[in-house]
This record gives sequence, structure tokens and C-alpha cells, in this order.
Amino acid sequence: MASLQSQDFARISATTSRPPDVRNDFAVAKLIDVSKCIGCKACQAACLEWNNLREEIGVNVGVYDNPHDLTPNSWTLMRFTEYENPESGNLEWLIRKDGCMHCADPGCLKACPAPGAIVQYKNGIVDFVSENCIGCGYCVKGCPFNIPRINKADQKAYKCTLCSDRVAVGQAPACAKACPTGAIVFGTKSDMIAHANDRIQDLKSRGFKNAGLYDPPGVGGTHVMYVLHHNDKPELYANLPKNPSISPVVELWKGVTKVAGLATLGFAAAFAFVHANIARRNEVTRFDRIRAEEVIDEEAKHGRQA
Amino acid sequence: MVVRREETRTTVDRYQGRERVNHWITAIALILLTLSGLALFHPSLFFLTALFGGGSATRMLHPWIGVVLMLSFLVLFIQMVRFNFWSKDDTRWLSRIGDAMSGKEDNLPEAGRYNAAQKLVFWAMTLIILVLFLSGLMIWYEYFGSSFTVGQQRVAHIVHALAAVAMILIVIVHIYAAFYVRGTINAMTEGRVEGGWAFRHHRRWLRQEAAKGVIDETDGRLHNRGGVRPTG
Repeated sequence: MASLQSQDFARISATTSRPPDVRNDFAVAKLIDVSKCIGCKACQAACLEWNNLREEIGVNVGVYDNPHDLTPNSWTLMRFTEYENPESGNLEWLIRKDGCMHCADPGCLKACPAPGAIVQYKNGIVDFVSENCIGCGYCVKGCPFNIPRINKADQKAYKCTLCSDRVAVGQAPACAKACPTGAIVFGTKSDMIAHANDRIQDLKSRGFKNAGLYDPPGVGGTHVMYVLHHNDKPELYANLPKNPSISPVVELWKGVTKVAGLATLGFAAAFAFVHANIARRNEVTRFDRIRAEEVIDEEAKHGRQA
Repeated sequence: MVVRREETRTTVDRYQGRERVNHWITAIALILLTLSGLALFHPSLFFLTALFGGGSATRMLHPWIGVVLMLSFLVLFIQMVRFNFWSKDDTRWLSRIGDAMSGKEDNLPEAGRYNAAQKLVFWAMTLIILVLFLSGLMIWYEYFGSSFTVGQQRVAHIVHALAAVAMILIVIVHIYAAFYVRGTINAMTEGRVEGGWAFRHHRRWLRQEAAKGVIDETDGRLHNRGGVRPTG
């Protein structure tokens, strides 16, 4: 989304000063109830339509996933998994709407080197500001969910905005608006948690004893949450990570290394500069010059035979 | 490579024109890489991207400058490697590095064309530039983003960052030494050093060069039987 005046930033990438945050807002969340999803892809169509995107026509490789992966154009994707439940013997069709999870502790934002290219609003939405994006792909490495995609044509990163433009004017995201079964609902995070708890109770009463809410604490919780029938095994749902967190390698790179590295270089440069100005220089003396002539005479006298 | 007795001084040829040109291409590439790399390393230095035409342009240019560095350093390596093989004298020299730092070079074994510390800089730069180039390819997202897994790229990022810090430290040492040891910079600007400089810091090399030939530029005659003819 373009940089319309915003005064409700929680965080801005590669920025050490406090962002404009005078406006307050309540945390929002999108709740995706996987148990209600029928896999119709209305959310995908609504996403393309609202954001004015077109996906390339692909090829069928024998699975329902279409396109096969998230792309710079497809910011949300239904991922279909056929699961034979060993306990019940049932074939379960697990359909997960994949897309940005809008982490409270966003790895993309932490990794981003461009000031203002990734922002987090106080309502929890994590947004890419394309005109500040430099196309380095660091966000791809920062993300624990493998979400951002770099467009080959313009070298900019794209992902779900949680329809920040719609939310800003009091509308629900396009996918939530389009969902025909109410599997996608949108509201304040606390309302969504309450709604999820009702759903989980219902699922448990129907025999899904491990039903639960996916709001992973490793990334500080997310502003896109799932109700899963098998919350003990989120990997069943097209490899949804069980305990996602920002990679320790990224934390090390963007934490200690960044600060200590710069401090080391600054100290070394400053020390060299000061020392070069005050230390006694290693200067060629008159004696060196005289001895050099003697050595040259001696060697030249012997020539190559020396 | 020859010793010259000029009107007012005696010099020893140290670097030929092609070696100096290549050295400065390497140096400029390294400085540009340092500036553009630091711009993306810490937000407080992002303003340096303005030197390269903005953030996207910096992201685009940095890896290409890296390719220039790799190529020019390859040439430098080929030009210089034969002078940088390690000897027993180098080990002895290094064990008395304190004397070298405090200017008591008479206590050290006579250094050849390069002393042990210079050889270490050479080999450290060779190793680190190789690491930077390979890790840099892995995080060159525009062309190699799909060739490596996200996990591999994360490791490449931290390796690249640490290697870059080490590289800049070595560059600081290299530049510092060039200034601190007076008379050194002439070697890379006009290609010659003073005889006294060679005697003080690279005495074995001075003997070798003098044995090859001494040109008396005041009368143009060659004053040994070494077979080197005067050029002027």
C-alpha cells in the first residue's frame, strides 16, 4: 500500500528512531476456521480482484493447489492435503488458506535493510511499502513461514496486506468478505480468540479432541490465526510449522553481528586514525640511505655471480 | 625490476604499471563494496545508498562490483602469488612481530620482497575474498534466489557479514601500514621506492634487486654484469 499518512506505526524497518505512533488502534485479527473451509477458492479470487492482480494461467500437475505456490500476484493460496487419520480410519481433506500470518514479531521486518519498506501498524498488520523496497530478498530469509515473493519484473517484494487499505476504512479483508461459509472472519484479536474458543468447543464435542487455536507464541502470536482440528499436529496442514520463530541465524545476523560488527569497524578505524597521527612514524633514516648505497655497491660489484 | 641511481636519490623498481593499475582497480572496488555493503548492513549507514543512486541501485550494483573485485583480485593473485610463499624465515620474522611493530627491524631476519605480515595479509585477503564471493553469489537474490534454499541463504548472509567485517579490518591494517611505514605509498603511485626504504624494510629483496642490475641514470651506464640494459 502506498504511503498515505499514517500515525499509528508500531514498527518501521531499518529505523532506529521512534515512528509516528500518536494514534492508537486496537489489535485486529483474521481467523481462518479450517474445519469450515470447503476449498472453493473464493478468497483467492477476491484477493486478486480487490488488489487488481492477475495470476498467470498455469498447468495442472494433479493437485488442487492453483497456482502451485504463492507468487508475487497470488498473496493467498488454498493448500490441499489428503490425510488418512490412523485413529478413525477416515480420509480427511485438510484445506489451509496460506498467506502472510502478520506476526507480532515479524522476521521480514527484522531482516529488512531498507528504512520504511516494511511497517507494522498498531493494529498488528504488517505491510510492505513498495516504493521503499529495494528488492534485496532479505524478507524472504527473515520470514519463518516462507511467504514473501520477489517479483522478477520490478524486483519488489509482495505478500498479503491483510487488506490494510480496507481495514483502514473499517472494512473486512476481501477474502473474509467473499468466504461463503464463514470460515474466514475478521475483527479485533480478542473477539476472534473468543469466537475461536466457541468453535474449538464445538469441534471437541464432535470428537476432534485436539482441536485448538493456532496463534504461535514463538513469533509473539499472529494476526492471522487458524482453528485447526488437529492443533497438536499443524504440520499435517501443508507443513504449517509447529513452533515457528525467527531463525536464530537471522537473529544473530540482525542482532549481535550488526551492532558488534559496526562497533568493531568504527573502533578500528578510529584507533588507526588517532594512532597514525600521534605515534612515532616508521621513517627511513639517513643511516638507512647510506647503508643502502653500500649494499647496492657490494651486490652490483658481484653482479649475478653474487 | 632494477635499482636506479637518480640525480638526487637511489630508487628500486617495485611495481610495474599494469600491477599498479590493477591494484587501484581492486582498491576502488573494495572501497565501493565497503560503502555499499555497510549501507545495507546497518540502518544508520543506509544514507550511503545515495552515493550509488538509491537503495535499489545499491542492491543492484553491489554484487556487480563484487564481480569486478573477484576478477581484479584474481589478476593480482596471479601477479603476486609467487612472492608470497611462506618460508622458515617468515615464521621467525613473525615470532618477533613486536620488534617489527616498534621499528626495531634489525632484530628480524632480513625480509625479502614481502615480510611475513604482508604475506599474511595477502593470504587472508585471498581467502576472505573467496568466501565473500561465494557467499555473495548465494545471496544475490536476483539471479541466484532460487538456486539455494532459504536456510542456506540465511547462513550465507551471516558468513558474508562476518567475512566483510574481517575484510574491512584487514583493509584498515593494510592502509594503516602503508601510511605508518613512510615511503611505502610511492611503490603504488610511481612504482619505485627509495633505496633506504628497501634497506630498512626489505633488505634481502634490495640485495636481490641490486644484483640484477644498477642503472646510473646520471650517465646512463649499467654498472654491473647482470645483463640488464638501461631503459632511458
